[in-house]
Amino acid sequence: MKQLYIVILVLTGLFAIQVQAETPEETGLQIAKEADRRDQGFGDSIATMQMVLRNKRGDESSREVRVRTLEVENDGDKSMSIFDSPADVKGTAFLTFSHINKPDDQWLYLPALKRVKRIASKNKSGPFMGSEFAYEDISSDEVDKYTYRYLRDENYEDMDCFVVERDPVDKNSGYTRQVVWYDKGEYRPQKVDYYDRKNEHLKTLTFHEYRKYLDKYWRGMRYEMVNYQTGKSTTLTWKEYTFRNGLTDRDFDKNTLKRAR
Amino acid sequence: MGKSYGEWLARWRYLVLVVVIALVAIAASGARFLTFKTDYRVFFSADNPQLQAFEQLQNTYTKTDNVLFVLAPKDGNVFTNETLASVIELTEASWQIPYSIRVDSITNYQHTEADGDDLIVDDLVPDAGQLDAAALERIRDIATHEPLLVHRVISPDGRVTGVNVTVQLPDPEVQTGKEVPRVTAFARNMVDKLRTENPDLDVYLTGMVIMNNSFPEVSIRDQQTLVPIMFAVVIITLVLLLRSFTATIATFIVIVCSVLTAMGLAGWLGLALTPPSASSPTIILTLAVADCVHILVSFLHAMRRGLDKTSAMADSLRINLQPVFLTSVTTAIGFLSMNFSDAPPFRDLGNIVAMGVIAAFFISITLLPALMLVLPVRVKPGATRNSRHMDRFADFVVERRNFLFYGVGFIVVVLVIFIPRNELNDEFIKYFDKTVDFRNATDFSSANLTGIYTIDYSLSAGESGGISKPEFLERVEAFADWYKTRPEVLHVNTLTDIMKRLNMNMHADEPDWYRLPGQRDLSAQYLLLYEMSLPYGLDLNNQIDVDKSATRMTVTVKNISSNEMLALEDKAQEWLRNNAPGMRADGASPSVMFAHIGYRNIRSMLTGTSVALVLISLILVVALRSVKIGLVSLIPNLAPAAMSFGLWGLLVGEVGLGLSVVTGMTLGIVVDDTVHFLSKYLRARREQQLTPPDAVRYAFSTVGTALWVTSLVLIAGFMVLSQSPFKLNSDMGLLTAITIAFALAADFLFLPPLLMKVEK
Repeated sequence: MKQLYIVILVLTGLFAIQVQAETPEETGLQIAKEADRRDQGFGDSIATMQMVLRNKRGDESSREVRVRTLEVENDGDKSMSIFDSPADVKGTAFLTFSHINKPDDQWLYLPALKRVKRIASKNKSGPFMGSEFAYEDISSDEVDKYTYRYLRDENYEDMDCFVVERDPVDKNSGYTRQVVWYDKGEYRPQKVDYYDRKNEHLKTLTFHEYRKYLDKYWRGMRYEMVNYQTGKSTTLTWKEYTFRNGLTDRDFDKNTLKRAR
Repeated sequence: MGKSYGEWLARWRYLVLVVVIALVAIAASGARFLTFKTDYRVFFSADNPQLQAFEQLQNTYTKTDNVLFVLAPKDGNVFTNETLASVIELTEASWQIPYSIRVDSITNYQHTEADGDDLIVDDLVPDAGQLDAAALERIRDIATHEPLLVHRVISPDGRVTGVNVTVQLPDPEVQTGKEVPRVTAFARNMVDKLRTENPDLDVYLTGMVIMNNSFPEVSIRDQQTLVPIMFAVVIITLVLLLRSFTATIATFIVIVCSVLTAMGLAGWLGLALTPPSASSPTIILTLAVADCVHILVSFLHAMRRGLDKTSAMADSLRINLQPVFLTSVTTAIGFLSMNFSDAPPFRDLGNIVAMGVIAAFFISITLLPALMLVLPVRVKPGATRNSRHMDRFADFVVERRNFLFYGVGFIVVVLVIFIPRNELNDEFIKYFDKTVDFRNATDFSSANLTGIYTIDYSLSAGESGGISKPEFLERVEAFADWYKTRPEVLHVNTLTDIMKRLNMNMHADEPDWYRLPGQRDLSAQYLLLYEMSLPYGLDLNNQIDVDKSATRMTVTVKNISSNEMLALEDKAQEWLRNNAPGMRADGASPSVMFAHIGYRNIRSMLTGTSVALVLISLILVVALRSVKIGLVSLIPNLAPAAMSFGLWGLLVGEVGLGLSVVTGMTLGIVVDDTVHFLSKYLRARREQQLTPPDAVRYAFSTVGTALWVTSLVLIAGFMVLSQSPFKLNSDMGLLTAITIAFALAADFLFLPPLLMKVEK
């Protein structure tokens, strides 16, 4: 075990040396690809997400959503969100096929109307359920959604980190750029600074309580998003993560959306 | 002591010069800490209830400071390819405005449409340039019929459109004062660019940020225009009166030093510059003249009588030290009464001027005599003509005393009758006169597109998620409908208009379904759907709270007076009490804050003025050593303010924040004339045992000239202030000038007959 550890250390060391020789753009892309590579193969996941919204006065409000994700190769993942609270949206289900370079397909099942509605909109920069998270912040992270530039190494929260800037390719994004801190050990995002359309610091997302699943896949159990311009913030807490539940395309079908529970 | 002070000063004149100038320099160096406040909120104290209500509303939703571009195509039609392309470009560029968090225009309006079970959400005008007539007509039809847009970013006739940018400035505590000018400069550049690129567009720039930026702009204009005029007035008066080059120069140095000291101390104390407090220099230099005039007139008079310079100065200081001290103290008390004002800029003004007046006193009894002793002074011996005129005038007053007593008394009563004709009004747009761009742009916008006066309500459903309850939405709709029928209302921004539209979209765009959803979960799910489809910056967080338990309704009204604004809000409150007691909320907005500010300040200034009156009367009683005369003096001291407010009621009829401080402030100034007149009168009665008529003659011949000259300087000074483009300053200046004129009249025409009556 110890030997293996040394081998990994040497390999990452070599990798780091190799990194030095590249342009910042290539390095940034390498880091993003490595982070993506390490997360490949999880198959599917199910988790419960709790959101707590806070305004500048400190008023709070919470929402609860179950999220099912199906890994799709060579395109964005498919996901299904089922809203459990607030009570008046209970049973609402939201299906997304995210895509890399065209607008996502989105359907929403409204139980009160008993109908599935397709949302035809190129917008994904608006707030998700009134929170400080935009839909684009929590939808699947695909390498090709951004262009990258490695900035520097930096110590963050006692972790050696790569600091990488990534610029959204989608012109409808709410951001000009994001700056991501990946820890060097596991290539997990630890912090993201979001810069708005006028390139001013808008929000910061931090990831907390990383837990390892299937001995490989790291998931942060708590996300904290703070909006510096409005003073509002949102906490996302993930619970009951399960992987490889045997979900298939059939579980992510708009025709079965209304039966989603 | 007076004699010895004069001698001491003569001996140490060079040391005095150096020490005083050094002290002035130290004080003045604080001026580097002075900064302009660029936020209308400075007019409200931290505990102002209307400010607190508004802050709370802004913290629940988002802030509402804005920049509004108003575009009027010369061909009178917004819906052309050229104009729409300009609007798109301006909308895009507006996201680059510093601190902008939201941009609303007709082009980026998120239009929703149904297509089978698809909900299509997109910009109303995604691009322009090749739109055909039908497409343009369709856009016009949607825009001019959408309640969320009409009278907000598009005029009903489609002739004028706007791009509204919401700006989130840093909290006041962390603002550096550079933010507002930066936003304004950026927006102005955009306007310039737009005008060059599209000369067929008339472009106007308004909004709260532009107003905030106008505060320092008018202050700087005041400094650049009014202060030089004031100096010119003072110098001309001094040259004519004193007929001495040296005396004029010395006075000039004293007033400059007084102003520098006061402004520097203000900097050391961390006071902020606002249009009212920035007018301090004009007022200080006006007031500082009086001290110098009294000392120099006596000094030159003594020299003309043949005394040498040193004895003449010693003599002048002996006579003047006490009255000059007394009048400085009473003037300072008058200005300090402004501390009772609810508006911090006036507290700052009062404190800065009070410091200036006290500084002027010390400088006039140290630096001024020292300068006069050091500089060469030449005078032609001989009596002045003025005193002969004064003697004749005194005879007239004594002979016609009954006529004057009843005649002036009658005029006072008549004028007082008109006081109630004054109506309170603080329309903050009208704080700026029509030479200010912001005012003209806002007037144009109000007449053609949308107003800047709003009333905001945070309507609460009382429970989490309660905004989706049909009963609640119906009440909100009814309230909005009630407001929409009011003639003074331009626009009502309400969530219910969005809900109705969504309900229609969910039912295949059937116009019959343009009504509120009938079930709570349906509304909630529509909102969820809608929120998911909105882009960055165009979300509903500005009108729904985090808990979805309350919604913000914004009512935009025409340019109406404070009283109309308060009456409208009162009626709204009555409606809420009768129809929706559960969701009652006070209206909150800058307009509501300013609508209350006049009342609040007049109430608080009543206390301030009373305190000043009691203190000043006590000082008079002690100084004149007569309770009776002290009390008699109240009449000529109070009557001028009453008369000027009466005249104001007759001629203008509108008072506000700027005038609420005038009574307290003028009290300290007008009392000076009374002090000088009464002290001479009493000296004649007591020391020379003269009869009241002869004592009146004596008083006129000794101080008559000095009184009318100093009053003239004061009137001129405040008339100069009345030329300010900022109404709070100009009204205050004009009313103060009128009050001082009435005070002079009262002291000359009414006080002597009064004295002769009570002392019979």
